[in-house]
Amino acid sequence: PALAAQKNTALSTTQATTPYKDVTTYNNFYEFGTSKSDPSQNAGSLKTRPWTVVVEGEVHKPRTFGIDDLLKLAPMEERIYRHRCVEGWAMVVPWLGYSLSNLLKAVEPTGNAKYVEYITLLDPAEMPGQNDPILQWPYLEGLRMDEAMHPLTLLTFGLYGEVLPNQDGAPMRMVIPWKYGFKGGKSIVKIRLVEKQPVTSWMRAVPQWYGFYSNVNPDVSPQNWSQANERMIGQGGAFGGLFAPRIPTQLFNGYGAQVASLYQGMNLKKFF
Amino acid sequence: MTTASSLSLPRRVLRSRAVKPLLFVLCLLPFAGLFWRGWTNDLGPNPEQTVIWTTGLWALRLLLITLSVTPLRKLTGWAELARFRRMFGLFVFFYALLHFTAWLGLVNGFSVDMALRDVVKHPFVLAGMTALLLMTPLALTSTNGMTRRLGARRWQALHRLVYVIGVVAVFHFWWGKLAKNNTASPTVYALILALLLGLRLWWAWRAAQARRTQLHRAQLHRARAIDDQSNDPTGKQVGKQVVNQGKSRSLA
Repeated sequence: PALAAQKNTALSTTQATTPYKDVTTYNNFYEFGTSKSDPSQNAGSLKTRPWTVVVEGEVHKPRTFGIDDLLKLAPMEERIYRHRCVEGWAMVVPWLGYSLSNLLKAVEPTGNAKYVEYITLLDPAEMPGQNDPILQWPYLEGLRMDEAMHPLTLLTFGLYGEVLPNQDGAPMRMVIPWKYGFKGGKSIVKIRLVEKQPVTSWMRAVPQWYGFYSNVNPDVSPQNWSQANERMIGQGGAFGGLFAPRIPTQLFNGYGAQVASLYQGMNLKKFF
Repeated sequence: MTTASSLSLPRRVLRSRAVKPLLFVLCLLPFAGLFWRGWTNDLGPNPEQTVIWTTGLWALRLLLITLSVTPLRKLTGWAELARFRRMFGLFVFFYALLHFTAWLGLVNGFSVDMALRDVVKHPFVLAGMTALLLMTPLALTSTNGMTRRLGARRWQALHRLVYVIGVVAVFHFWWGKLAKNNTASPTVYALILALLLGLRLWWAWRAAQARRTQLHRAQLHRARAIDDQSNDPTGKQVGKQVVNQGKSRSLA
């Protein structure tokens, strides 16, 4: 179904967007299986209505929102963001949503709120991949408070002018364009404001390779492979674009002008 | 001597001239499949990943197939299997080389500098590179001429590197999948490899046992012969000594 939104050109890249087909068939969403094509094949079992999101923790006004309330909480914007996966590929996606700060302000964080954690639905019946103990379910991700309040951090409800397809994290997900894609928790049911830095799902699974910040950085590659460059998905060309060159990866995925100040004085090699 | 007609059906089939070309074509199918998918723009949203994963996986699969030829031959008694081993081994090298070229060209844009930095920094990449480097002398010495020049003993000693390659290659796969916390399939490959190498160890151990028993018997035999010739009518003294000597020698 269509989802109306105002274009936010100020926060959008002018790069060509990745074809809808690739954005909706090449997904990492382990809740529906570990291969890239699994989510689009298996996510039909997810029921996105009714859907509620609990917002709690260090807030003055904890509240349970219905998904329709959330859709109306702030004006819906279209923002075209670069999306960089830690695996070394990238997309450009026209997301629909509004800054997470709108929701956080509505629940009035207390002075103790230092971090925000967001939790994906736990329901192995609707999310068959959760029968595989590959990660500790439910999926949990988090941000520091200033990151969460940053205008670029997008509470996302749609893409390409329509509501999110299930495999892309329906009915509501997080998109943080200067961080690796896995920071963008999908199908969120709970948002908690907390005092201590959360231990995220990937930090728990492979602590030596996945840190809390996970900012896109061509010079830091705690994982197995270099993060120096990236393959743009869906460029087309001979052999499906096989011989199109990779492009250099930019610090903070090219959003440094907006977000670098958040990390002033921090050793990005240590806080990866 | 056995005549062809007295052989079991599988052995007769394995002897037929069509089998080797057929296996050759089968080994080439994954490559042909990739090429066809490329030609028809059907390599998926991330063609680079499709090519790298497919070639790497088939290099590993063919490596396990190569390593299973000898155990299979011993277990079934189908001696004809041996003549396919070299071809399988060379296909391992073929797919490993494609895998490497795809990584060097597509991931690193043929920048040797970038590739080397990757090798030095990441054990996962280093393992893959090591496996390829170790394979190279085996591929180069795979011809009949090189086998002759090296001599059977040295050739065999060199080609035992394939066991190391197997371990390094499975480690490469496992380490790669660890990043996705998804080591189920590398574990299966590791178990198959362990079985294939374990069988060899077991056979080597049994062969050593058999040699020891044989040596022991031969010594006993010799000791008795000496006793018969000696003036020691009981033969006990000399016999014991020789046997003890034999024991300590064979244990050394």
